[in-house]
Amino acid sequence: MGHEGIGARVARKEDRRFITGEGNYTDDIPIKHAHHAVFVRSPHPHARIRGIDTAKAAAAPGVVGVLTGAQLADDKVGNLICGWMIHSTDGTPMKMGAWAPLAHDVVRFVGNAVAVVVAETKNQARDAAELVEVDYQELPAVVDVAAAQAAGAPQIHPEAPNNTIYHWAIGDQAAVDAAFSRAAHVVDLDLINNRLVPNAIEPRAATAVYDRAEGHLTLHTTSQNPHVTRLVLSAFVGLAPEHKLRVVAPDVGGGFGSKIFIYPEETVCLWASRRLGVAVRWTADRTESFMTDAHGRDHFTRAEMAFDAAHKIVGLRVKTIANLGSYMSTFSSSVPTYLYATLLSGQYDIPAIHAQVDAVYTNTTPVDAYRGAGRPEATYVLERLMEIAAKRFGLDPAELRRKNFITSFPHQTPVIMNYDTGDYGASLDAALAAARYADFPKRRAEAKARGKLRGIGLSCYIEACGIAPSQAVGSLGAGVGLWESAEVRVNPVGSIEILTGCHSHGQGHETTFAQLVAERFGLPIDNVSVVHGDTDKVQFGMGTYGSRSGAVGMTAISKALDRVEAKAKKIAAHLMEAAEGDVELKNGEFSVVGTDKKIAFGNVALAAYTAHNLPAGTEPGLKEGAFYDPLNFTFPAGAYVCEVEIEPKTGEVKIVQFTASDDFGVLINPMIVEGQVHGGLAQGIGQALLEGCVYDKGSGQLLTATYMDYAMPRARDLVSFTVSTTETPCTTNPLGVKGCGEAGAIGSPPAVINAIANALGVERLDMPATPQRVWAAIQASRMPAAAE
Amino acid sequence: MTQVDVKVNGRSVSRHVEDRTLLVEFLRETLGLTGTHVGCDTGQCGACTVHLDGRSVKSCTMLAAQASGSEIVTIEGLAKGDELHPVQAAFREHHALQCGFCTPGMIMTVVDLLRRIPHPDEATIRENLDGNLCRCTGYHNIVKAVAAAAAGAGVARAAE
Repeated sequence: MGHEGIGARVARKEDRRFITGEGNYTDDIPIKHAHHAVFVRSPHPHARIRGIDTAKAAAAPGVVGVLTGAQLADDKVGNLICGWMIHSTDGTPMKMGAWAPLAHDVVRFVGNAVAVVVAETKNQARDAAELVEVDYQELPAVVDVAAAQAAGAPQIHPEAPNNTIYHWAIGDQAAVDAAFSRAAHVVDLDLINNRLVPNAIEPRAATAVYDRAEGHLTLHTTSQNPHVTRLVLSAFVGLAPEHKLRVVAPDVGGGFGSKIFIYPEETVCLWASRRLGVAVRWTADRTESFMTDAHGRDHFTRAEMAFDAAHKIVGLRVKTIANLGSYMSTFSSSVPTYLYATLLSGQYDIPAIHAQVDAVYTNTTPVDAYRGAGRPEATYVLERLMEIAAKRFGLDPAELRRKNFITSFPHQTPVIMNYDTGDYGASLDAALAAARYADFPKRRAEAKARGKLRGIGLSCYIEACGIAPSQAVGSLGAGVGLWESAEVRVNPVGSIEILTGCHSHGQGHETTFAQLVAERFGLPIDNVSVVHGDTDKVQFGMGTYGSRSGAVGMTAISKALDRVEAKAKKIAAHLMEAAEGDVELKNGEFSVVGTDKKIAFGNVALAAYTAHNLPAGTEPGLKEGAFYDPLNFTFPAGAYVCEVEIEPKTGEVKIVQFTASDDFGVLINPMIVEGQVHGGLAQGIGQALLEGCVYDKGSGQLLTATYMDYAMPRARDLVSFTVSTTETPCTTNPLGVKGCGEAGAIGSPPAVINAIANALGVERLDMPATPQRVWAAIQASRMPAAAE
Repeated sequence: MTQVDVKVNGRSVSRHVEDRTLLVEFLRETLGLTGTHVGCDTGQCGACTVHLDGRSVKSCTMLAAQASGSEIVTIEGLAKGDELHPVQAAFREHHALQCGFCTPGMIMTVVDLLRRIPHPDEATIRENLDGNLCRCTGYHNIVKAVAAAAAGAGVARAAE
């Protein structure tokens, strides 16, 4: 066996089933006599339901039930919840309107489900859904974040006057005002952080099976956190007590945040199964995914940064309006507050920061966490400001950043966060060297000779992963704790099962978690299996999001491994008649230091289970569990350099080079880490150049509801990336890991836009920088010259 | 109802299906070959790519009835027993998959690409992946895996 422990670039254990078509995704799992659900959805962004006539649909072939919100209410099925309480500056709690899984009085976005048809086949259900007649009285709608609070705007929920959910702030306003009054320079910027659709390639799906005899429900679903799903469906929606509800998230085809949340469709399938007494399955089609998966971003922001005469930042003032859509999704309230404004210090030593955030309702799909969740928005604000400031000061953007870097740790920012460690200069140096930054002027001149505009842009990001500690997030309004659990079960022959509350939907946990065992016990990774995603198997856990599985999930496993090792050592010492302190575990064997006495790990396991010869007072068996609640967030950081070439005649932007240098602390599997960075970069570059979710302001219709209308990054839109890492181990977890899942999506959008702005010599440019927008910016920048 | 007679992964099958049954529905639901996935309904994502008489097709854009009389290979039919197809092996070796959902379609597309163009350069690879979406990998390692499969000993089989 070669090295398979921490730092080894081993191929993934889970791959074989995926490359041979043997994956086990929700829609692949056969369910006996399953019936099919098809939802009837609102074609209007805002309307009152005057009546629903289900008679024709109910009489259609194969139909076993047509259910509406009225029946849902009759059965006392609860509303969907938002699990993070935010208070406004005046101390009042956020103003949340009700979200019923099927709307029964008012629909508030295009795609809002109003009824479900359950039939023997999918085609029968589809045909019957078209026979459901809903009588709508259309109401005026607002879809634009900047217009939601205007006087006379349509009111979406009676609970939230002016469509304002909360008016929240963080930081010291007086200190910021004072800093601005003394400032030598102020740089300001209005920006839009464009709305995105997560677009995991596997659509959301659910199969619900009701066992009438046991009063037990089983839900297979596309979830990043099946235990949280069970908790919400039990404790809040009230479908079944926890011990009578099993939630299984089998292989899940990508999440990116969108599969964290508890949605209407999965809820309705469970309820319909119970009410109709048949197994019910549903898989979203792609347009349903566009209409109903929680969207991401959608901020309108005004930001100002104050500098002293030496170009040191003295203050930052940010005002953001965040669009949360028509209903408050599961964690939506936390995204533009504690996941956004707490990161507004970036990598910089900023003495005073004040941020105000208004969260608003609009007649659009609910918005919640999407890869990065708040941190990309914060990075975009800061890194666009830094680029514009450097341009106005006539400074090299790299030098302006370097001048303002935090260089001593731990560092307390004015917005809650306490960074434990980092070396921002090292990341920047590595990125600039790899990008051949110093030679850029030559490349620009060469491109100019060919008639092209070439630009280079930087971004130095920080992110916070492994959101924690539970007590702290609880005091900030979180409805859940953010610890993780693990159980290590050693079988009598010495193979090991790791049970984790994390969930893998592409991250490769079956490999990396096994690598931790290889590192600690010297056992081959093939002797280890990782069990996750089933509430009947794993006792409880918080799931996977926010790049938490390494820093939080693996630390819980590490703690459980400590306990297994301690007990096994005790047994090994007894068997070898040695003192426990003289026994060490290496290469899968226990040995007595300084002697040739040794015993294989598997033999100790067997001894634990035969229990024929255990130390006095030792229980049989070898199985230990642990819960781990982190002491702090972890703070990955890095520097990205994007180089673009633009065709001035068409505005087409080509990325010619993208360089990333990240500090993720200790790496478990560098191959998997690089893959996470590549994917994040593609999503960030997608946001910057291609992707934008568009609602028609007049009709409120979602215009980007298929892959023909929403521009997903394709292979030829991207280049091969140049990625590398630097390393300052995290100081707050024993593994020194920080997390790598979101960095690419956080750091890359401003690098791309800064590169384009640099090529064009402009300041403001909104995402996505489509050829049309870039061409228009080129024309606008040429206007004054033409007028001279 | 329509009768569909096809050979799938070397086995002859004959089934009666509703006229409107798509080939992908026939494979997944009638035959239980769930390795072929559905990621969209507009022929854009390529997760449903299979081989029809040796060429890659998107099985969501044709009716099962249209495939009658043809020979189909799905992802389940690509490996020979325990021996992976070289493209499958290259995907694993180069970490060209994460969540795995687009992977079957991606692999079927790549096998056909290397049949048509045994030694593609990077631009050609990227151009030919245009009909397949991946949200996880940023395509970086997929491109690498395709180049490796083309350069490796496996190219002969991939080009069969």
